[in-house]
Amino acid sequence: MSAQAAMAGLAGAEAATTGGLNSAGPAPVRIVVAYGFWLFLLSDIIMFSALFASYAVLSGQTAGGPSGRELFELRHVGIETLCLLLSSYTCGLGVVAIERRRLVFFYVSFALTFALGATFLGLEVSEFVGLVARGAGPSRSAFLSAFFSLVGLHGAHVTAGLLWLTFMVAQTAARGPRDFVRRRLLCFSLFWHALDIIWVALLTLVYLMGAR
Amino acid sequence: MLGKLSWDAIPFGQPIPMAASLLIVVGMLAVLSLVTRKGWWPYLWREWLTSVDHKRIGVMYVLLALVLLLRGFMDAIMMRSQLAIAAGGAQGYLPPEHYDQIFSAHGTIMIFFMAMPFMVGLMNFVVPLQLGVRDVAFPVLNAISFWLTASGALLVNISLVVGEFARTGWLAYPPLSELQFSPGVGVDYYLWALQISGIGTLLAGINMVTTILKLRAPGMGYMRMPVFCWTALCSSMLIVASFPVLTATFGMLLLDRYVGMHFFTNDGGGNFMMYINLIWIWGHPEVYILALPAFGVFSEVIATFSGKPLFGYRSMVMATLAICVLSFLVWLHHFFTMGAGADVNAIFGIASMIIAIPTGVKLFNWLFTLYRGRIRFEVPVLWAIGFMVTFAIGGMTGVLQAVPPADFVLHNSLFLVAHFHNVIIGSVVFGAMAGYYYWFPKAFGFTLDRRLGVVSFWCWLIGFYLAFMPLYAVGLLGMTRRMQHYADVSWQPYLIVAEVGAVVILCGIIATIAQLVVSIRTRESRRDRTGDPWNGRTLEWSTSSPPPAYNFAMLPQVDSLDAFWAMKQRGPAVPAERYESIETPRNSANGFVTAFFAVVTGFAMIWHIWWLAVLGLICAALTLLVYGWVERVEQEVSGEQLANDERVRLRPMDSA
Repeated sequence: MSAQAAMAGLAGAEAATTGGLNSAGPAPVRIVVAYGFWLFLLSDIIMFSALFASYAVLSGQTAGGPSGRELFELRHVGIETLCLLLSSYTCGLGVVAIERRRLVFFYVSFALTFALGATFLGLEVSEFVGLVARGAGPSRSAFLSAFFSLVGLHGAHVTAGLLWLTFMVAQTAARGPRDFVRRRLLCFSLFWHALDIIWVALLTLVYLMGAR
Repeated sequence: MLGKLSWDAIPFGQPIPMAASLLIVVGMLAVLSLVTRKGWWPYLWREWLTSVDHKRIGVMYVLLALVLLLRGFMDAIMMRSQLAIAAGGAQGYLPPEHYDQIFSAHGTIMIFFMAMPFMVGLMNFVVPLQLGVRDVAFPVLNAISFWLTASGALLVNISLVVGEFARTGWLAYPPLSELQFSPGVGVDYYLWALQISGIGTLLAGINMVTTILKLRAPGMGYMRMPVFCWTALCSSMLIVASFPVLTATFGMLLLDRYVGMHFFTNDGGGNFMMYINLIWIWGHPEVYILALPAFGVFSEVIATFSGKPLFGYRSMVMATLAICVLSFLVWLHHFFTMGAGADVNAIFGIASMIIAIPTGVKLFNWLFTLYRGRIRFEVPVLWAIGFMVTFAIGGMTGVLQAVPPADFVLHNSLFLVAHFHNVIIGSVVFGAMAGYYYWFPKAFGFTLDRRLGVVSFWCWLIGFYLAFMPLYAVGLLGMTRRMQHYADVSWQPYLIVAEVGAVVILCGIIATIAQLVVSIRTRESRRDRTGDPWNGRTLEWSTSSPPPAYNFAMLPQVDSLDAFWAMKQRGPAVPAERYESIETPRNSANGFVTAFFAVVTGFAMIWHIWWLAVLGLICAALTLLVYGWVERVEQEVSGEQLANDERVRLRPMDSA
């Protein structure tokens, strides 16, 4: 990090910590954008929590259909988890790379992120297709409705994330690592990590506890 | 090709819906042709439809709210007229399936498209000015929020002309709202309209919280923020925390209806009480999302017109925060009759009663602010005093119903209907009207007519008591809500009085419209050239009326509560030596275009026109991407320009 950027970062951090008690005026744009995006992520997590709660209520309501123990394959889920967690790591590397203006490193990291995310999504789709083929589709029982909606909502987020990633790589290529591009990349990485957090909760509550 | 849509969707055979549809269509065409004839489109497009200025967006929110107040009130007066005549053998003039749509539309419109936009609009307009900053944190997002809200309102009104609206009450409880029992498009109109506007509200909440926590004038620490900003902060935090639950809940009901899932169905293991729990986890905070900003308005109004700082500022802030937290712990009191058991009901009953304590603190603070103040009985003060009396009564009937055994008797009765109208009209509507009158000169540069404002206030106040006090009585006598007709003729006198009350409120609404017309016509004689017509205390009054797009040429330096009052004590404002150039956001059609495609998508989903839904969604996403590609979202205002503006602005102040 250049000395100038370090100074700007310091000033931003100071404004962020002392802002509440004796405001030094409006916070820098980078802080404002990241803060707003954090709030969005919190609201997103609350939306997931409503679906988690519904899943908890409905997980036993199989209506004579198959239960999680009969359906979940932990090996499959394990590979999915590995892909998603690794993609978060590569995403983090990419953000470090762009902050240091190492563009090639950035592109490689984000390409890996995309590949891992797409693999995750492919595995999830194959799981869904397999379940539907076995007659365990979302309309079979309340349990399966809740399962497909919760896992599917996460999958929809991953899909949106992949589209956003593509857009950001294109924008970085066209505009270079300017301030506004790096702000957006920061938000994207926050988003991608948040999906990991949700997945860890999902893995535990749905798959690990459901497969027992 | 067109899904379920056909000519049958237009209510040709039914005279009342047809007349209402014609009224709406003719009204809209009249407005559009007037705008076209006068050649106002370029002005409208440039200055309003693509504006990302928080003040313009705030004004548009309030305008939307006022228009939908008329629509929601039409529904109300139709219901009151029906019930005034439909006693004993008489069936009235509204068949049950139509009556059911009317009460569903009334509740939906009044909460989501009248009260919400009004409060969000006031917050949008006032908060950045009170914080002493130039705009909200994300101006373009702000425009998107507004236009998504407007999209939802448009869909609800389209349902009047094409198809039908929900017959399931304002919260669309399943299993009635499931496909099995509501196969028509009514519930789909409800769900898509609220999903779209709900996303808009969520984004507005995120924007507002970020603005208040991260953008404040130098020196404005938390404990120097005006109370309205505090209430806006708490209200917006509640939006961020509760609207996602609403989105998820409606999403599940949509999945039930469109994909045949079993979240809330009777069969397949579904659990409809889960919907009722989830919807009230959003619904109770929603009450405070509406009420808290109204409390903020009253705090500003009472302090200003008493000529005193607000009594107990810190306790007011703490009470607001306490209500903010408690509002999430009481949702079950909306359905004690679910049968959750004595322990659960007792906990939620006690939690509900505890909310009365911080609310009581607020009432006493307002009273002590008035005490020994030099009160000027301007119109907002009338609303504030009317609010205090009315809200205290509504609060007491609320505490009464927080007692679970009493609630078992009163559940779903007109007593409940009287209670929530008592608190919502008493706080939100009165607060909205007070705020409208109070900040109107700031928005447009001239004051509203005082005489008609007084008439409006008294009509609303008297009309309210006439309309809702009889409902308490008839509710205790055993009348339940949502009845199109009743057999017990001894209830009729009460309902006739209620009808008279509704007519008196109508007079109040007419007075409000007349007030606007008269004030615009006589605006030259009622110009506010000082920017400070009420001798205000907070920073919005320190700039001109209307403020320039950038609000403040130089961000004010704040060193106490009631910052502008302190500045006035130090003497008149003078232009600075030099001004630094600033950046202001450029206009953007992003919000308008995205919302247009949202309407298309929503309409297509309602009528099962799948190709159009996919097309609309892709276009909406592309709009966001295309605008996301544009880098320059700001333009510069030069220092010389600012210096010029300030010299012009401060000249009349010096001579005055």
